[in-house]
Amino acid sequence: MKFSTATGPHWRAADNVPAIMRQVLYALTPALLMYTWFFGIGVLLNCLIASAAALATEAVALKLRHRSIEVFLTDYSVVVAAVLLALALPPLTPWWITVTGTVFAIGFAKHLYGGLGYNIFNPAMAGYVVLLISFPEEMTRWLPPDIGDIDYQPLSWLQSIQYTLTGSLPDALTLDALTRATPLDTMKTELSRMLTVDEIRASPLFGDFGGRGWEWINNVIALGGIWLLYKKVIRWHIPVAMLTGLLGMATLGYLIDPATHASPGFHLFSGGTMLCAFFIATDPVTAAASNRGKIFYGAGIGILTYAIRAWGSYPDGIAFAVLLMNMTVPMIDRMTKPAIYGRDP
Amino acid sequence: MLHTYNLQPRRPSWGIRAEARKAESTGHAIVIAPPPREVAISLNQSAGRPAVPIVEPGEKVSTGQPVARATAPGSADIHASISGLVVAVEERLVFSAHHSMETAIVIRGDGTDEDFTPHPVANDPMSMTPAEIRQTIAGAGIVGLGGAMFPTAEKLSCGARIHALILNGVECEPYISCDEVLLRYRAARVLRGAQILMRAAGTQRCIVAVETDMPEARVAVHEALETLNDDRIDVSQVTAKYPSGGERQVLELITGRQVPSGGLPQDIGYLCQNVGTAAAVADFFATGRPLISRIVTVTGQGVSRPVNIEARIGTPIAELIAMAGGYRGTPAKLIAGGPMMGIALPDDGIPISKANNCIIAAAPGELMETAAEHQPELPCIRCSECLQACPAGLQPQELLVACRQQDRQALESLGLPDCLECGCCDYVCPSAIPLTARFSLAKIGFRQAQLEERRALHARQRFEAREARLQQQAVQREHELQEQSAGVVSDSQIDAVMARVARDKNADTEKP
Repeated sequence: MKFSTATGPHWRAADNVPAIMRQVLYALTPALLMYTWFFGIGVLLNCLIASAAALATEAVALKLRHRSIEVFLTDYSVVVAAVLLALALPPLTPWWITVTGTVFAIGFAKHLYGGLGYNIFNPAMAGYVVLLISFPEEMTRWLPPDIGDIDYQPLSWLQSIQYTLTGSLPDALTLDALTRATPLDTMKTELSRMLTVDEIRASPLFGDFGGRGWEWINNVIALGGIWLLYKKVIRWHIPVAMLTGLLGMATLGYLIDPATHASPGFHLFSGGTMLCAFFIATDPVTAAASNRGKIFYGAGIGILTYAIRAWGSYPDGIAFAVLLMNMTVPMIDRMTKPAIYGRDP
Repeated sequence: MLHTYNLQPRRPSWGIRAEARKAESTGHAIVIAPPPREVAISLNQSAGRPAVPIVEPGEKVSTGQPVARATAPGSADIHASISGLVVAVEERLVFSAHHSMETAIVIRGDGTDEDFTPHPVANDPMSMTPAEIRQTIAGAGIVGLGGAMFPTAEKLSCGARIHALILNGVECEPYISCDEVLLRYRAARVLRGAQILMRAAGTQRCIVAVETDMPEARVAVHEALETLNDDRIDVSQVTAKYPSGGERQVLELITGRQVPSGGLPQDIGYLCQNVGTAAAVADFFATGRPLISRIVTVTGQGVSRPVNIEARIGTPIAELIAMAGGYRGTPAKLIAGGPMMGIALPDDGIPISKANNCIIAAAPGELMETAAEHQPELPCIRCSECLQACPAGLQPQELLVACRQQDRQALESLGLPDCLECGCCDYVCPSAIPLTARFSLAKIGFRQAQLEERRALHARQRFEAREARLQQQAVQREHELQEQSAGVVSDSQIDAVMARVARDKNADTEKP
């Protein structure tokens, strides 16, 4: 009898890139629903617009680069990048801003560097930073969470969609009336106005630890992240190191002067902390390779995030911290490479 | 220096946990195959050069008779595995990494299985000197049965001081169970072989390494050890995680020491032998039969009744499949060895060799997930799972880049020569990149380049030596000329020149 003679190994684990990316999307779904619960349909809309723009950009880039559109478009990696970018955008963002960020993320940060696997910078964060610098005003206009006792009349779904697509609001409504600063933003501006942390936290925007609504979102994101850990899609090193780095810095500040430094809990459960720890910093392409390297990389992001939040001019430092640590990855990899058997005893 | 050994399992950080799939074939006792009607015995059954045949077609041979002799270091003797008539010494498709044709001695059996006499062994090995034991083992054609087929006698005469003999029964690769059943059913023979090997190697210590997931084998070894009452031998458990049974890996797990890159276990004072090799040594001293058979696991969902068979060397694989109940459905692949490092065979008419520990008839979809097999190769996403899995501490994701760039310096510093081609990186890679195949190809290129470099170096040295010689001659000639022109030519010198001219003239006239 004759048989085929493919080269070995003849056995592979069932893992593959599309499956990994799909699992990341599943893990993000509860968080997406939570965002929508607190901030309305705008978040979902951003995700849809970003995903469509990302797929279109990817298709064009693949076409221009003579790569298989069928293979790469179905690996879900652009969708993950698009959703991560969309989650960082305010719920009421005009569609063209979302599209601009996504096109930059996929076209420039990803494909100009060689496409999947070759980009140095996290595409979602690169896209977000471009928007943050280009449209500072739009990027800070968050909605308050839709919780009963906050004095605020949320837009209906239809009105949200209308604003996102056409930029027009219902009569008698202005953007300024609708939008608020995020808790992180509030903390920053009020601290600079010499208010104490306790005074600032008296605002109804703040909850037990972080901002109201935000703490829940962060909790749910962390749950999704823990599911990814359980499914072995990610390893514990980056999330633990990132959270420890941030927590360590925040605790230090809090111990020095609790009146002028937000509590460690506030830092953990505000803004993009959990999203970064479990979903953004763990992007394999742009992270350090070895376990030891991942710890340095994660801790660096945590520390830089705190530094930017506390001393920088931006309310949240996640995106900058990730991009800065992306730059250090080649060096971290070189310094933490594993010992070769029989060579480096 | 005090040598300590980990007898309790240590969990390695590297490696992969694949399903073992051994239970299918360990359920029954070892089936002893009757001598087949015809065998084709490859001459290439050692780590060295092929043996040279000493029989001719038409010659009658008996079981255990030497039919080919070792030629150089690394090569081993080969014996007739059945009695009968040598019908051909010809090129045959045999089991090898490259599906190459090799010379094989084809013997048609006469059904008597008559032993070759006289038995070379009469003595009790314990009354023989180590050198005599080694010589006897060499005469039995015994090679490492773990798969490398390095001549056992040669390994024993390394000359280094040996702290301990490590008897490797860690059969980490999925499916393979020939060592496990050997330990289960023939533990006493293995330990007897260990004693002989210890004497031959001049060591007073032996560690039998077994896997944590073979409890029956472990119990059997402990029981045999109790009967034997030899306190020099201990049993060590090694975590069942592929490739913890690799020679270097098992050594590291048990002794905590690493074999230097490019070196051998002997360099740090350990001798590794497969448990099957030890049993072969014991068998030879007990029965006088050289290495003419081995235990082969015949398994996979593509056979009806997975089983371990003690088969004669040279038996066609199809006959072993028949003994395992024949094919079940149409298998997708026929693999010699395990699913990780095994070789997919083109044909089941191929005869087994001393290296064949396992035959897997894999049903469609049994090994590769159907989706994964058709998954196109994607770019590396640097997930670094390969780095975590690599037992040699390499970074496959970086090696891949260096392979693409053909950067030899980078390949060297990244440790390409230390890659053991275990396939762990392939197994975990979510992008389905054929890493091991790339590395194996790069290693060949690497060795070729090294060879060429060495050749170029030799050529340059030869060239330079010649240049120097010519230079020296030129200097000498010049020196002579100077001397001649400086000095006065004497009458006797002129006479001598004249005499030579006359002689040359005579010679010229005599020639035609």
